[in-house]
Amino acid sequence: MATTPAPAPPVSAAATPLLEVRHLRVEFPTRRGTLLAIDDVSFSIAPGEILGVVGESGAGKSLTGAAIIGLLEPPGRIAGGEILLEGRRIDDLPYEQMRRLRGRRIGAIFQDPLTSLNPLYTIGRQLTETIQTHLDVDAAEARRRAIGLLQATGIPAAEQRIDQYPHQFSGGMRQRVVIALALAAEPRLIVADEPTTALDVSIQAQIIALLKRLAREHGASVMLVTHDMGVIAETCDRVAVMYAGRIVEVGPVHDVIHAPAHPYTAGLMGSIPAMDGERERLAQIEGAMPRLNAIPPGCAYHPRCPHVEPRCRAERPELMDAGATHAACWRVAAVAPAREGTA
Amino acid sequence: MFAFVLRRLMQAVVVMATVGFLAFMLFQYVGDPVTSLLGQDATQEQREALRKDLGLDQPFPVQFARFAANAVQGEFGLSLRQGRKVSSLIAERLPATLELALAAAVIALVVGVPLGVYAALRRGTFGSQAVMTLSLLGVSLPTFLIGILLILVFSVQLKWLPSFGRGDTVSLGGWTTGLLTADGWKHLILPSITLAVFQLALILRLVRAEMLEVLRTDYIKFARARGLTDRAVHFGHALKNTLVPVITITGLQLGSLIAFAIITETVFQWPGMGFLFIQAVQFADIPVMAAYLCLIALIFVVVNLVVDLLYFAVDPRLRIERAVSAH
Amino acid sequence: MSSKAPPSPTVAPAGAWARFLDSDVWHSFRTSPMAIAAAAIAFVCVFCAVFAPWVAPHDPFDLATLNLADARLPPAWEPEGSTTYLLGTDDQGRCILSALMYGARISLAVGLASVLLSVVVGVGLGLLSGFAGGRVDAFIMRVCDVMLSFPSILIALLIDGVGRAMFPNAHETLAFGVLIFAIALSGWVQYARTVRGSTLVERNKEYVQAARVIGVAPWRIMARHVLPNVLGPVLVLATIQVAAAILTEATLSFLGVGVPPTSPSLGTLIRIGNDFLFSGEWWITIFPGVMLVLIALSVNLLGDWLRDALNPRLR
Repeated sequence: MATTPAPAPPVSAAATPLLEVRHLRVEFPTRRGTLLAIDDVSFSIAPGEILGVVGESGAGKSLTGAAIIGLLEPPGRIAGGEILLEGRRIDDLPYEQMRRLRGRRIGAIFQDPLTSLNPLYTIGRQLTETIQTHLDVDAAEARRRAIGLLQATGIPAAEQRIDQYPHQFSGGMRQRVVIALALAAEPRLIVADEPTTALDVSIQAQIIALLKRLAREHGASVMLVTHDMGVIAETCDRVAVMYAGRIVEVGPVHDVIHAPAHPYTAGLMGSIPAMDGERERLAQIEGAMPRLNAIPPGCAYHPRCPHVEPRCRAERPELMDAGATHAACWRVAAVAPAREGTA
Repeated sequence: MFAFVLRRLMQAVVVMATVGFLAFMLFQYVGDPVTSLLGQDATQEQREALRKDLGLDQPFPVQFARFAANAVQGEFGLSLRQGRKVSSLIAERLPATLELALAAAVIALVVGVPLGVYAALRRGTFGSQAVMTLSLLGVSLPTFLIGILLILVFSVQLKWLPSFGRGDTVSLGGWTTGLLTADGWKHLILPSITLAVFQLALILRLVRAEMLEVLRTDYIKFARARGLTDRAVHFGHALKNTLVPVITITGLQLGSLIAFAIITETVFQWPGMGFLFIQAVQFADIPVMAAYLCLIALIFVVVNLVVDLLYFAVDPRLRIERAVSAH
Repeated sequence: MSSKAPPSPTVAPAGAWARFLDSDVWHSFRTSPMAIAAAAIAFVCVFCAVFAPWVAPHDPFDLATLNLADARLPPAWEPEGSTTYLLGTDDQGRCILSALMYGARISLAVGLASVLLSVVVGVGLGLLSGFAGGRVDAFIMRVCDVMLSFPSILIALLIDGVGRAMFPNAHETLAFGVLIFAIALSGWVQYARTVRGSTLVERNKEYVQAARVIGVAPWRIMARHVLPNVLGPVLVLATIQVAAAILTEATLSFLGVGVPPTSPSLGTLIRIGNDFLFSGEWWITIFPGVMLVLIALSVNLLGDWLRDALNPRLR
């Protein structure tokens, strides 16, 4: 069975992808050697698509987002690969050009709404400032737009609340303000890093639904980084699963969840407790994700994999066609024909 | 907010009462005012007479009440060293010290804040490291040594600036000022720089540390992620957030400036309260010491209160009593 | 979107000393020229101070060896100087270099003693305040607040003045004691606050509550568990305070209310030399000043470096 390692990342049906990440490598030079935090990651996002990026803490999902918006904290740096936005490279842009892209073409939402807003300025001021930095409008128009944004994100009495301070809003409201800020300059891509993790469960659903709706309305794509599979299932079109700085599986949400090809993904899905029936123990994947300075050779998952073979220990698998999804697993190559019948 | 002000006023009263009590204890039990006033050879009769005169034979609470009543009016009796009324001594010297402290505060702020911001924004560059090293030197040089060095260079060797006194002053009502004459300004330069150096270094390091902290926050990261210009991020957002805590500390420093003025006044023989105080300590002139203590406490308390009110004005989180919460 | 922290070594070296040599703290020291220079300067100064009686070329207090003919000599590199007195002499013929070393001795002794007292009182009160809570805690914090609003120099001056008035014919040791007490009293508040903060944090942890339930004495809990956690910041504070204490003592001595004139510290020497500034004999006051600054600066540099080295976020 010939394996077909895909040299180019899997692209969805649309013509030019909005965002393309090719063989991205991010490293951290430390006193004790250089750590490779993101190791040859490739994926793309089509216009209007919502891509979920899921994985454990430390898998590299947030770093990927940071690299895309150009805000990697030193000493971290991009050591290889390319990032293309609408066909043009952005990873090597000078600071000022990248700054203009930020907000205008790429918006970002971070995890903690409590600390994302400057406590000393009204949210109106923060909104109009963002609008006026990127769009050529006067103050009155900016304010109108700001009120409109607040209304669109579901904040009641927007005209009064626009002059209030962040501490006067609850957590869920604040995240709506953050979303409004991210959308203020009408970006094409939104990088959302765990936008609901810090919120009450009851609010999470509202915020996610809001994000999805606004993205569709504005025609924006979303890269949704999270460790919550429930959110992924609700919101995303496609999902990429990351492990130890690599993508191990990527594909349409339904297929990845219900027919995962990679053993890690299968383990993840299996560990989600079902609400029906009785369970005595929660299912777990044995072992833990390796530390950055101790990544095993070959396939990074092989020490924990129940289906490990000698090849897995020696050669690192690339993302391969596994039928409905693409998975970085040597088993896929062998099993692929059989799978076509199941998915 | 009214409740807040009321609480602070009560705290202020408590502090003043405590200090007043300490001052009173100084008066009563430290040294014997009778012996100091009459000398060693006074007869027993003379002592008794003076004791009655001073009210020292009255019970303790009465004495304290008298002292407190007097103190509130600014009446502290006579200086043991000079025999003059303490209140007039201090009133004479107050303007000199206040002008010196104010000049030093202005220098410290005008130079310290921008340098601190620079050291934070250009962290790691040679310039910022040089600034930090100089600031470390600033806190390692005792104030009196700075004064001596400045005198050595500018008065002795270069002979550009005078090294003692206040120069020509102008009397405006009860206040004498040296700011209206060129000679007064010349005399003010070296002492105010001397007094300012330590505070300048502290403010510089404080601003830098605060700014570095602020630059690490999420809201700054988010501001950058929104594509705001560096100028907006650094000076619009970061600086404003940095200055809020800096204001408090700087306000408190004003009080400490007045205290450090003691040293500067001694080195430059500046006729201020501090110089008076030193002479009082050397002579064990308790009335002057007690009066100085109460006055300093008053200044501190007032400054603290003003700073707290300023905080209110600047930080919106404190202003609104109840957060408007809605889901 | 946060950067990763550097990982710990995969092989743990055995022994505390080996661990120290491999630690980030030591590495940061080795690679910082400032820290090494500061440590070297501090070492030299402390060495000269401690071993002054053996290291100093002359004994400036032995009246028999003083020769008025040698008075007011400039430093050796000046035309009229002589190599016998490397840094010159004062108006009594005392060797400045030797007086420096003896003076540094006094300055360091007072500085270290007062910081030690400060630390003991501050840490003790902080532990007490944090652990006991309630009224005791509130009272101690009130006292801290009041004391914090007064600058240390003022407190030191007041206590000294009061001491002077209470014991007008003070014995020399008493004067030292009052001075050390005065400087210590003006500095203990910072330790108390820091330690109290840490104590409050630790107190609520389960292992402390468990220990209490078992019946372990509170002071034991405080000593064994809370103390090690606060040593880092206390050490940094203490280092910086040593410099501050030395400067405070120098200031008090300069003002004439510090150490008794029979045991001149660097501050006293500067004061004495100040009178000769205008007649051109600058070395009498400048060299003690330089020594003072060298000590304070090197200790401050070490404190600064130590703070950065112990702060995990800055690495």
